[in-house]
Amino acid sequence: MQAPVNHIIGLTSIVRERLLPVSGNVLARIGQKVTPMDVIAETRWAREHVLLDVARLLRVSPNAADRLVKCKVDDRLAASTEIAVGKGLFPRSVRTPRDGRVVAVGGGQVLMEVGEAKLELRAGIPGTVIEVIANRGAVIQTAGALVQGVWGNGRIDSGLLVNVSETPDSMLTVGKLDISLRGSIILAGMVKDAETLDAAADLPVRGLILSSIFPSLLQKAREMRYPIMVTDGFGAMPMNSAAYKLLSTNIKREVTVNAETFDRYSGTKPEVIIPLPVSSDPPVPREVETFAVGLQIRMRRPPFMGMTGSIVSIKPGLSVLPSGLRAPAAEVKLENNETVVAPLVNLEVVG
Amino acid sequence: MPSSLVDGNSLLAIDIGASNTRAVLFDVIEGEYRFVAAGIAPTTAEAPFKDVAEGARDAITNLQKILGRNLLDASRGLITPSQSNGTGVDALVVTLSAGPTIKTVIVGLLKDVSVESARRLTESTYTRIVDTIGLNDLRKPDQQIDSLLRLRPDLVVITGGTDGGASLSIQKLLEPIGLASFLMPEEKRPAVLFAGNEKMEAEVKTLVGSLATSLHFSPNVRPSLETEDIDPAERELARMMVNIRKRQIKGVDLLDLWSGGHILPTAYATGRMVRFLAKVYGAKKGILSIDLGASAAVIAAGFNGKSTLKVLPQFGLGENLPSLLNHTTLEDILRWSSLDISTGVLRDYLYQKSLYPSTIAATREDLAMAQAVARQALYLAMQSARRDFPQNIASIKPNLTPLFEPIIAGGGALSDASRPGHSLLLLLDAIQPVGVTTIIIDQNNLLPLLGVAASQNNILPVQVLESGAFLSVGTVISPVVSAKYGTPILKAKLTYENGAEARVELKYGTIETLPLANGETGSLSVQGLRGADVGFGSGRSGTIPVSGGALGVVFDGRGRPLELPSDAVRRRELIKKWTWTLGGE
Repeated sequence: MQAPVNHIIGLTSIVRERLLPVSGNVLARIGQKVTPMDVIAETRWAREHVLLDVARLLRVSPNAADRLVKCKVDDRLAASTEIAVGKGLFPRSVRTPRDGRVVAVGGGQVLMEVGEAKLELRAGIPGTVIEVIANRGAVIQTAGALVQGVWGNGRIDSGLLVNVSETPDSMLTVGKLDISLRGSIILAGMVKDAETLDAAADLPVRGLILSSIFPSLLQKAREMRYPIMVTDGFGAMPMNSAAYKLLSTNIKREVTVNAETFDRYSGTKPEVIIPLPVSSDPPVPREVETFAVGLQIRMRRPPFMGMTGSIVSIKPGLSVLPSGLRAPAAEVKLENNETVVAPLVNLEVVG
Repeated sequence: MPSSLVDGNSLLAIDIGASNTRAVLFDVIEGEYRFVAAGIAPTTAEAPFKDVAEGARDAITNLQKILGRNLLDASRGLITPSQSNGTGVDALVVTLSAGPTIKTVIVGLLKDVSVESARRLTESTYTRIVDTIGLNDLRKPDQQIDSLLRLRPDLVVITGGTDGGASLSIQKLLEPIGLASFLMPEEKRPAVLFAGNEKMEAEVKTLVGSLATSLHFSPNVRPSLETEDIDPAERELARMMVNIRKRQIKGVDLLDLWSGGHILPTAYATGRMVRFLAKVYGAKKGILSIDLGASAAVIAAGFNGKSTLKVLPQFGLGENLPSLLNHTTLEDILRWSSLDISTGVLRDYLYQKSLYPSTIAATREDLAMAQAVARQALYLAMQSARRDFPQNIASIKPNLTPLFEPIIAGGGALSDASRPGHSLLLLLDAIQPVGVTTIIIDQNNLLPLLGVAASQNNILPVQVLESGAFLSVGTVISPVVSAKYGTPILKAKLTYENGAEARVELKYGTIETLPLANGETGSLSVQGLRGADVGFGSGRSGTIPVSGGALGVVFDGRGRPLELPSDAVRRRELIKKWTWTLGGE
């Protein structure tokens, strides 16, 4: 049976596509070395539109209005620019309400996009540009450690990794956040109150790596301007030992937290990338595995949710679980040396 | 090798669900179509595969292992038609419910008329209504354009105008749709279904035709103010859904090719089967099918010529689980639990399960939560669906569930129930049937597959339905009555085929059973006490033929609507007792 994979790897090649949401100018070039904060593409993006009903404002038919309109598609117009004038002794006129660009003219109407803002796409990870995607962005490759999580607040940043969690099940509280952590990416445990998130914002930190977060804090976490990545889940869950060990042994290194939203269809996951010097490119991680003896796994449901272990045997046929359900299962030796039978669908491969 | 399906060709049916893909073989055995075997594999719509054909091939491979013969060739292509050496199949049909919920904008004129019809139409498939544009909309056209650009709908459903009626107002409503589509990148433009004033086809083509990824027309859902006819538009929408999925998910096009176009959204195929059954059996009571899966709760009901199909992703038990809390409270979910579980633990469960929809309950506490969530989701889905049931259908009381015979239930939540008693109690709690009903569990989720198979072979569904491929849980007697706990409300005598008799006195608040094995029939005499009504009238008695099932004849004396004790300890004790009575633990 095929197995889902969550990457927690000490050294691997990491290849990531970074794209603008709309077309624009790509600044990056193939072979270019980039830092996470380098702008690799940019565009101007207007999220608002104004529809000027010239025919109605001038009290003429749509066809007549079209003949009176003086602007054309792609014209950039300042606010109060006259775009159509009626006829008669005291002719009415139509003016633009805001600065903007004409995007459509016809049917007696003019549609403008307004409120244009500059949008910059940053590299997000340090590495080398290996491909340029015309008008959209680039593909960047780096080598280093990779830890994927289960939830992210959509932000991205880089900084020095600092550990404030003594153990994988530590609770991050306001008291643990002091000024020495300003500008750092903080390896923490669980968070259960909004004040802690606010205190981290006040320092400010460059990012939080959490084991778990209480569901009631998710909205607050989305509003934070620094990245928050959750490695294991919701409620009070300790960090899985594989992720904790890898992260806590890379303290004081420059890391990037790309707290992308988990999207099961596109495959995007929040992740921490720790660039490491290499003499040759390490292999790219496997995205697909088949359950087999010896594979390192993580339990995705109780009992022992979040705990890692390794597959001792794949049970033949269906196994009866303590819940009474029957399912294909594996015998798993957990990190606490306990051996349990777990349904295969509740396991994911770590590596 | 037979050349005609009617002559007895084998048929492979593939159901691509949100979590699992099943390959099911139907073939002729002793002159009649039978369900032969099923192979199952994880669905591969999501990363890293992003190709549903992979999961379909895996499911077929697992089916091959059971059958001991090959259906795929060396390059994993489907062998069709069947070969003289026993390999291959003669035909393939596919149902599909995997994929992200389709973001849909509905457009209509009047809120209570065409907009309401658009909503009903849209809720017949796997959609989420993200915006509604109508005459009552106070936004300016440019605000509507910005909303459409922000929401990026996959689908726009437009209704409005009786045939030959209003056209100017609809034109106005279409302008923002056309302009927003014009501003979107070509590959992001929505598909558009126009199901309004049929006289406007040319104008609609002009306004949005070149700007939609595909523009479809169906007969008007509101040919007049008083008439609603959604069925033809549902059919068109089902076709559009498959096309949208082809754009979104790799592999759908290959399965469409293999099946010769016999691919349908799972819910639509279920609805088709329920309509068919309602027509064939033509009973006074309705026929109800429920499917509670990861992607959605699907309720299909057929009533003597009329039908309702509701697909409710908000009550699906997969990635949408946290949003269940927009419709209910943690306390209301936990009222169904037999174990003492805190609201915090349940909240964490909902979020954690949404990360991994395909996982199953391995512990008793996890199963108790899964079952409680399933009950509340199905309960809410039924409440939602009932609002759209036709008027004047058979019922004992208008505010209760209408009379159904039978109720067919399937989906992951029922597969998660470890015993038939667990499944039955879940259904009794959530659906709260009244009167006399046969409950059937579609343990292999065959109903939608029979619905899509009907397009290939109209004999197959009938023969498979009558072959015992479905698990009859039993006949359920649910009197409508209000009384104090422990008061006798019904006396019943079951006379077996061999003349033996069994009697029961049902007390309010309890569940009782009388054994009647699968395949057996009997005669049941029922006497309602204290005004109890099982469909014969208040307090009246009657005799009916009953058929057996896994749990025989079940008497649910808990009253309708079901009111659970407010005291949590007492409630949990009762739930355990009811579960025990039905053979659970």
